[in-house]
Amino acid sequence: MAGSSRVWVLGAIVVAVLVPLLQPVFPDVVSNYRLFLISTMIIASIAVLGLNLLTGFNGQFSLGHGAFYAVGAYTAAILMDKMNVPYWATIPAAAIVCFIVGYLFGLPALKLEGHYLALATFALALAVPQILKYKWLEGLTGGVQGIVLMKPEVPFGLPLSEDQWLYYFCLVVMIVLFWAAANMLNSRSGRAMMAIRDQYMAADTMGIDTALYKTVTFGISAAYTGIAGALSASAIAFVAPDSFGIFLSIKFLIGLVVGGMGSLLGSVLGGVFYVLVDNSAQSLTQFIRNDLGLPFDLSAYTVFGVLLIAIIYLMPMGIAGGLFIAYRKLRGARA
Amino acid sequence: MEQFLQQIASGLANGAIYACVALALVMIYVSTDHINFAQGEMAMFSTYISWQLMSWGMSFWVAFALTVIISFAMGVLIERLILRPLHNAPVLSIIVVFIGLLAIFNSMAGAFWSYLIKEFPSPFPKSDFGIAGVIGPHQLGVVLITLIVLGLLFVFFRYTPLGLAMRAAAQNPQSARLVGVRVDWMLALGWGLAASVGAVAGIMVAHIVYLEPNMMGGILLYAFASALVGGISNPAGAVAGGFIVGILENMVAYAGNQLEKATGIYIIGNGEKLTVALIIVIFVLTVKPAGLFGRVVVKRV
Amino acid sequence: MAALLEVSGLKAFYGQTQSLYDVAFDIPMGGITTLLGANGAGKTTTLRAICNMVRTDGTIRFDGKNIRGMATEEIVRQRIAHVPEGRGTFTTLTVDENLRIAAYTRKDKQAVKDELERVFVYFPRLKERIQQQAGTLSGGEQQMLAIARALMLKPRLMLLDEPSFGLAPLIVLEIFRILRRINEEEKVSILLVEQNAALALDLATHAYVLETGKVVMSGPSDVVKNDENVRKSYLGY
Repeated sequence: MAGSSRVWVLGAIVVAVLVPLLQPVFPDVVSNYRLFLISTMIIASIAVLGLNLLTGFNGQFSLGHGAFYAVGAYTAAILMDKMNVPYWATIPAAAIVCFIVGYLFGLPALKLEGHYLALATFALALAVPQILKYKWLEGLTGGVQGIVLMKPEVPFGLPLSEDQWLYYFCLVVMIVLFWAAANMLNSRSGRAMMAIRDQYMAADTMGIDTALYKTVTFGISAAYTGIAGALSASAIAFVAPDSFGIFLSIKFLIGLVVGGMGSLLGSVLGGVFYVLVDNSAQSLTQFIRNDLGLPFDLSAYTVFGVLLIAIIYLMPMGIAGGLFIAYRKLRGARA
Repeated sequence: MEQFLQQIASGLANGAIYACVALALVMIYVSTDHINFAQGEMAMFSTYISWQLMSWGMSFWVAFALTVIISFAMGVLIERLILRPLHNAPVLSIIVVFIGLLAIFNSMAGAFWSYLIKEFPSPFPKSDFGIAGVIGPHQLGVVLITLIVLGLLFVFFRYTPLGLAMRAAAQNPQSARLVGVRVDWMLALGWGLAASVGAVAGIMVAHIVYLEPNMMGGILLYAFASALVGGISNPAGAVAGGFIVGILENMVAYAGNQLEKATGIYIIGNGEKLTVALIIVIFVLTVKPAGLFGRVVVKRV
Repeated sequence: MAALLEVSGLKAFYGQTQSLYDVAFDIPMGGITTLLGANGAGKTTTLRAICNMVRTDGTIRFDGKNIRGMATEEIVRQRIAHVPEGRGTFTTLTVDENLRIAAYTRKDKQAVKDELERVFVYFPRLKERIQQQAGTLSGGEQQMLAIARALMLKPRLMLLDEPSFGLAPLIVLEIFRILRRINEEEKVSILLVEQNAALALDLATHAYVLETGKVVMSGPSDVVKNDENVRKSYLGY
């Protein structure tokens, strides 16, 4: 990591750690609900990072990452509900399970290029809710009704609210995961991953074991998004099949494209973004209905859809890419 | 036996719908090398348009015809305005745009017409139309309409100059230009036709699955399976694939039902239909990507 | 006599790479002109440039009308027929369909039918194979089909890119004989790009020689034929 960006990141982490502690001082601004919202943004960033590793950095297009999120969420839920595993242990468990599932999916994916892989993952995303409702799994998954869970308890009697503790827990997981990703991407493996994305044939003939890299990247990517799913199970304290349909994968895609493909910062921006729009959609809908008087129930997805198309036209590198270009221009102007 | 025949009939009716949507997918794929992920939502949106026209007093078939025309225009506009400028963009960008269209159509349908499930009328008279006990009037009507539409398309592509020009433009755009064919307009027309065919499928199926914004999701998945089974580069294959998959889907569910009746063990039934489609998709893609009637594309280094 | 096709200051680019540098030539009405040169000299590029299949700069006038920058299909509709490298036939369509598609903009069905008959007079072999898939024809027959299809456009100028490529000598002679007939009987001017310089110079009335994207020699074909450099470089003696 370049020196200047390291300073920025450390600064951001310090701010992130301090913010919840300001709750007694600004109880309305730093409310429990807001902290919960930020926790969901953190979870979203991790999910988008998972997708970014596969699509942005390795060039394998997935429209079905919602499936891995679901696997992670249900793994965590089942462990907590049926086997009384503590919430923090579900994170590594989900990671392992999702890595295996991702790796296994990555094997047939080796044969699929571009839109064929998109098609296969799209099909997977469409089928996930039904798979989760499968009769034979009902004992574990709770069928259509899902599983109700408990929010993580604040440990060691710390003077924090549940939402504050959840926030810190998610933050720590995020920092660890992003740090690991940054290291991996900066290493030889990372360069190999990106070489596969950019010049597949060249990478192959150069002696990079493209098959191994692609399948392992699939696994890691699934693990990341699966961890996000596991975190969400704890955060929302509930899992049900119908929340893991195709639109979840579309949300990840939004985060990826708007935030910026092939960028760690982009993953964070993307996650923050889609949670923000999703949550503001309600107020936007009410604004249109009540204040503008139009008989339309505008949904977040119209905004998402329009943005997807607009970004491809105007800023294909996403917000992170746009910032990068702006930053370079500023630096250039000074020099 | 009667139940078995009923399942076949139902499979044919479903298959007809899959055949239409699969054909729309293949038409766009053959001319542009892209998979239209938004095909299902476009068809659903068209169906809502027909519903709206009917609620304004038009009769079924008038609304049907008008919707087909409107859908055609919609398809042409989408190709000209949104996809044409992205002609040389990377595949990923175009897929993202398709997903964007999917989201827009789905949410706008919900915005304009709400997410409440609506009933959709069938134009086929209740009693005498069907073959009693085996195939219902609507199912028979669906198969007939589909065959008529497919027949018309076949005649169009095979025997008219415009159809020939479209086939040539899809097969070899550069050569088509060299004989004066306006290839860009051929692409737009192809999109228009695909949108129309999708609209027909949506209007036909709405009576069976009820009209709601998410009605085409599962059908799209089945259409993908059909197109892949038939060979994604082969329009006739897509149609055949649709009927094959439709019957297969019902046979699997039927077999599962019978098994459960006989042994009490539930392995598979109506609730697993999407999973079956997914398995078909993955299977064909990995084992025989050219499908039954398609051609394998060799990548040039 | 005004030239049918006037080209001046023509530059052509493949992406960032420049391929033609200030090429200039005229195609007289009614004649057969040939463009000679070694591999990579820019002959094919010149034909592509005329049809706007590559990025160009400069002036191209067809019968006085500026066509540079027009869309390829519009240029073709000006009655310029281009028979490209590799024939460009629609391999999955039949011979009949390949011919009909060239007439798809024409309303007069009877005239189209008559034209088909004339085309079959030049290429009787194609009539025998009329319902056969174009991809299953032999190389020579495909070349004939490509030329026949160009004829169906009722062109005033026909551009031919290496029609002899990959064909047996007897077939090539037959095709060149037919080209001469087409030029004389249908009054179609021809611009012929050829590697087979001897044959081309026999057929053509004018010749231009290209070398690395520039015209290095031009003149009536018998003058060019007897030029010592040309003899050594392109005719082998």
